[in-house]
Amino acid sequence: MERRISIAVNGDAQALEVEPSLLLVELLRETLRLTGTHVGCDTSQCGSCTVLLDGRAVKSCTVLAVQADGAQVTTIEGLAADGQLHPVQRAFHEQHGLQCGFCTPGLILTTVDFLAREPDPSEKEIRRAIKGNLCRCTGYQNIVRAIDAAATQARGGARQAEVRQ
Amino acid sequence: MTVATATYVGTSVPRKEDRRLITGTGTYTDDVVVTGMVHAQFVRSPHAHARIIRIDTAAAKRAPGVVAVLTGAEAAGTGTLPLFVKVPGIKQSKHFPLAADKARYAGDAVAVVVAESRAAAKAAAALVDVAYEPLPAVVDAEQALAEGAPVVHEEFGTNLAWTYPFKAGDIDKAFGEADVVVRQRIVNQRLIPNAIEPRSVVAKVDGGDLTLWSTTQIPHFVQLFVAINLGVPQNRVRVIAPEVGGGFGSKLNVYAEELVVPFLAKMIGRPVKWTEERREGYLATTHGRDMVHEAEIAAKRDGTVLGLRVRTVANMGGYLQAFAPVSATILHVFIIPGAYRLPAFDCEVRGAYTNTTPIDAYRGAGRPEAALLIERMMDRLADEIGMDPAELRRRNFVPADAFPYTTVSTLVYDSGNYEPALDRALELADYSGFAARRDEAKRRGRLRGIGLASYVEICGLAPSKANAALGVGWGGYESARIRVNPLGTVQVWTGTSPHGQGHETSWSQIVADQLGLRPDDVQVLHGDTLESPGMGVGTFGSRSLAVGGIAVHKATQRVREKVIQLAAHLLEASVDDIVFEGGKLFVKGVPERSKAFAEVVFQLYLAANLPDGMEPGLEAIVYHDPENFTYPFGTHVCEVEIDPEVGAVEIVRYSAVDDCGVQINPMIVEGQLHGGIAQAIGQALFEVAVYDANGQLLSGSMMDYHVPTAADVPTFDLGHTVTPSPVNPLGVKGIGEAGTIGATPTVVNAVVDALSPLGVKHLDMPLTAERIWRAVQQAGR
Repeated sequence: MERRISIAVNGDAQALEVEPSLLLVELLRETLRLTGTHVGCDTSQCGSCTVLLDGRAVKSCTVLAVQADGAQVTTIEGLAADGQLHPVQRAFHEQHGLQCGFCTPGLILTTVDFLAREPDPSEKEIRRAIKGNLCRCTGYQNIVRAIDAAATQARGGARQAEVRQ
Repeated sequence: MTVATATYVGTSVPRKEDRRLITGTGTYTDDVVVTGMVHAQFVRSPHAHARIIRIDTAAAKRAPGVVAVLTGAEAAGTGTLPLFVKVPGIKQSKHFPLAADKARYAGDAVAVVVAESRAAAKAAAALVDVAYEPLPAVVDAEQALAEGAPVVHEEFGTNLAWTYPFKAGDIDKAFGEADVVVRQRIVNQRLIPNAIEPRSVVAKVDGGDLTLWSTTQIPHFVQLFVAINLGVPQNRVRVIAPEVGGGFGSKLNVYAEELVVPFLAKMIGRPVKWTEERREGYLATTHGRDMVHEAEIAAKRDGTVLGLRVRTVANMGGYLQAFAPVSATILHVFIIPGAYRLPAFDCEVRGAYTNTTPIDAYRGAGRPEAALLIERMMDRLADEIGMDPAELRRRNFVPADAFPYTTVSTLVYDSGNYEPALDRALELADYSGFAARRDEAKRRGRLRGIGLASYVEICGLAPSKANAALGVGWGGYESARIRVNPLGTVQVWTGTSPHGQGHETSWSQIVADQLGLRPDDVQVLHGDTLESPGMGVGTFGSRSLAVGGIAVHKATQRVREKVIQLAAHLLEASVDDIVFEGGKLFVKGVPERSKAFAEVVFQLYLAANLPDGMEPGLEAIVYHDPENFTYPFGTHVCEVEIDPEVGAVEIVRYSAVDDCGVQINPMIVEGQLHGGIAQAIGQALFEVAVYDANGQLLSGSMMDYHVPTAADVPTFDLGHTVTPSPVNPLGVKGIGEAGTIGATPTVVNAVVDALSPLGVKHLDMPLTAERIWRAVQQAGR
C-alpha cells in the first residue's frame, strides 16, 4: 500500500514510505514535525499551508505527498539561511506585516515565489498575488507594504518604475 | 522622587513576538504533540432540531484504532457550560457539552470518538448510529418570538431568553415636540468570526496533574471551569494558551470541547487532542451579531436630536454561551447614544433562542451594532431635513467642555473632543472636494458616494462594581506579576492573553521606561496559569491595555519605588532627592556618585544592608481594578464608486481619525485599526451566515463565506488625535475594536449615499453586488 518517495525538504534529501492518501501538509506537520506550515481550512481557501514546491507556491493541503516525489520543498523553517532572516521575513517584521502570525508563513512563501517572478509589482498586482492567502488580523495593509519593501530592497532600493521614467 | 521619562512609550518599537512567528518556530495548540496522544472526533447533529432517540456506538467501538466512545448520556461528569452574565429574568438553558436529550442546532455535539489517529477517529465517528426524531426548526429570531414557533427549550415554554429594557428622559415629550420623526428597520446580519487558526484542545493527565493547551483568549477561566466541572483541584490544573491565531471573540468562551477533551484524558489515562476542521468550526464555534432593530429618531428641523426609540430582537442561537447576552445588552444599549447629546432614550432588547449556532461576542460585541444603528439614523435624519451629515453630527456632539459627561444612558464618558477628529477626518478625505468627484464619476456612468460615521466606544472592561451591578458574575480587574532577577533582568506575567495584539512588545515598553531599561531586557510572559498571578481575566473588549497594561505599570512602579528607597538608603539621602535616570540612581545634582539599577537590585537579594523593615527580594503582584470605563472615539470617512450595471462597490478612498488616548506603540495601534476596518468592510459588503428554513448552514465553508482578501480592501489613510483618559495613569483607552465599530456604518453610509440619487434611503448589509443591482433595478422601475 505504502509508496516510497524521495523528497528534499529544506535541502534535506530523504526517502520516505507514505500512504497514497497522505497530504503534503500532513507529511510536513506530522511525519517531519515541521509545524510552521499551518492548516486553516479544509477547502484550499486560506493559504496558511502554502509552501514552495520546486520554487512555486502551492497549498500543501491540496497536494498529495506522492505528488511531491522527486521535488524540492521549502517550508518557512527553511527560509532563513545561516541564521539570517530572508529579506521577505525581515520586511514582514519591519513593516508590522503580521499580528497573530498564523497566516504568516503561507504569506511569506507566496511572496517569495511572487517576487521571483515579478520583481517590480504595483500595489494592485501585490494585492492580486496574495488573494489566495487570508489574513483576518492585519487588513493586509502592512503585508502589502512589506511586500513592496522587500521588492524595493531586492532591486537595490530603487523603484524600477521611477528609473524607467 | 522623579517621574520616569517616556523613552519607549509612544514609539513604534518593532514587535518582539515576530521572530518565532516568521520563522515557523512558534507553537500553536495543534502543534503540541504529547507521547501516547490519541485523537478525538465529535459526532455532531446534522439536524437543527431533533430529539435523540437512541445512540448505538457498537460499530464505532469495534472500528480499527478506536480507544473510546462517549455519548451525552455517559458524559454527565463534564458538567454544564458556564454563562457569565445574567441579566434580570434570564431563562438560562442547561448547556451540556454533549447533548443527551435533544440537538438544538446543526452541529450540536452528541457523542465523541477517541482513536489512535485522527483519520481513525473520523472514520469511526461516521459509524456512530444516532436515531433522531427531527423536529420543526426556527432560525429567525423574530419568528422564534412569534406565536406558535417551535420551542428550542421546552422547559421555558417560550423562546424569549430575556428582555432588557432601558428608559431615560421624557421620550413622549421628545416625540411630541419633534418636527421630524424618521423610522428605520435595520438588520445587522449574522457573521462567522473566522480566526484563521481553527480551535484546538490538547489535554494531558499526569498523576493528579491536568495540563490543557487551548486556543483561548481566557486561559484562567478555562482553568476555573475545568477545575469546577471535572472536580480537579484548581492547583493541579494548568491551562496554557500558547500562540493563539486570532480570536475576535470566537475564542472567548469555555467551550464544550475544553471540558470534554480533558474529561476523556482523565477517563482513558492518555493525552487527547482535538482540532477543529474549518467546516466543523463554522457550526461549532460561536457566531456573531444577528440583531434586528426597529428605530425611531425624533428631531427639530434644525437638526437638534430630541429622542431615540429602539426595539431590538437579538438572536442567541440554541444556547446562551458565556458572554452571549452582553453584546446585545450592556455593551450595546448604553452606548447607542454615541457621540451625541440625547435628551430622551427608550430602548428594549429581547433575546431569542433559535435552532442556530450560538451567538457570542465578535469584534466590537454590541458596539458595532450600536454605532451602525445611531449612525444610520443620523444619516437618515440628515437626508430627511436636507442637512449635510457632517454638520448634523457636529450640531449634536457632546461639546469638548462637557467632560466628564454623563449620558442619558448613565455612562460617564471619561474624556473626549469630537470636533477636531471630525474636522481632521474631513480634511484627510477632502470632503469639500467630493461634489466635483461625484460629477466626474457620473460622466463615466458611475455612482459615487461619500459616507461618514462618528463613534464613541466603551472600553476598559470593567470596574468590578459596575460588573456586579450589571449582572456580570466576575470582577473586571486585571493582574500583573513582575519579578526583577538578582542580576537585574525583568520578567513580567500578565493576566491578559494576547493572540496577535503584541502585548509582549507594548508591556515591555511600559516596564522599560519605568526602570530605565530597554524593552529587550524585559521578558513578558502570558497565557499560562502556572506562574501567572492567581487570576487573569483575559483579552477581549479592547480591555488589555487600559486594565492589564495599567496593572503592569502599577506593578513596575512598586518595584521602582523599592529600588529608589534602597538607593536612598545606600546613598544616605532622602527618597525625595533620588534621581532614577538612564538606568542609574543618584542624588539630585551628584550624578557622578551613582548606583546602577542592577547593582541596587543585587543588594536587595544580598540583603546585607537593607534599611529596617525592608523585605529582601524584588517582586510585585498587582490586581488593578479600573475606576471607570474608557471611551475612545473618532470619525471615519469612506468614498465608494458603484457600477450600476453590475452593482459592484469599489472603495476608492478610506480615511479615519481615531482617538484612543495615549498610544504606547503607534505601529501596533495602526495595525489594530487596519484589521478592524477590513473586518468592518467584510461585514458591510461581503459577509453573511445564511441558514435555510430548516436550520442548515448554507454558507458552511470558506468557499461559501466571503472573508475579505487583499484585493477586496483599499489602503487606509489614518490620522489620530490624542485625548488622554483621566481614569488611568498612562492616559490610555483601547484600540482593538475601534476599526470595526467606526467603519461598518461608514461604508454603509457611503453606499447609500451613492445610491441616493435613485431614491434609495437604506439598504441592509451585506451590500453585495446582487443586493445593489436589485436596488438599482427597483429604482429604475
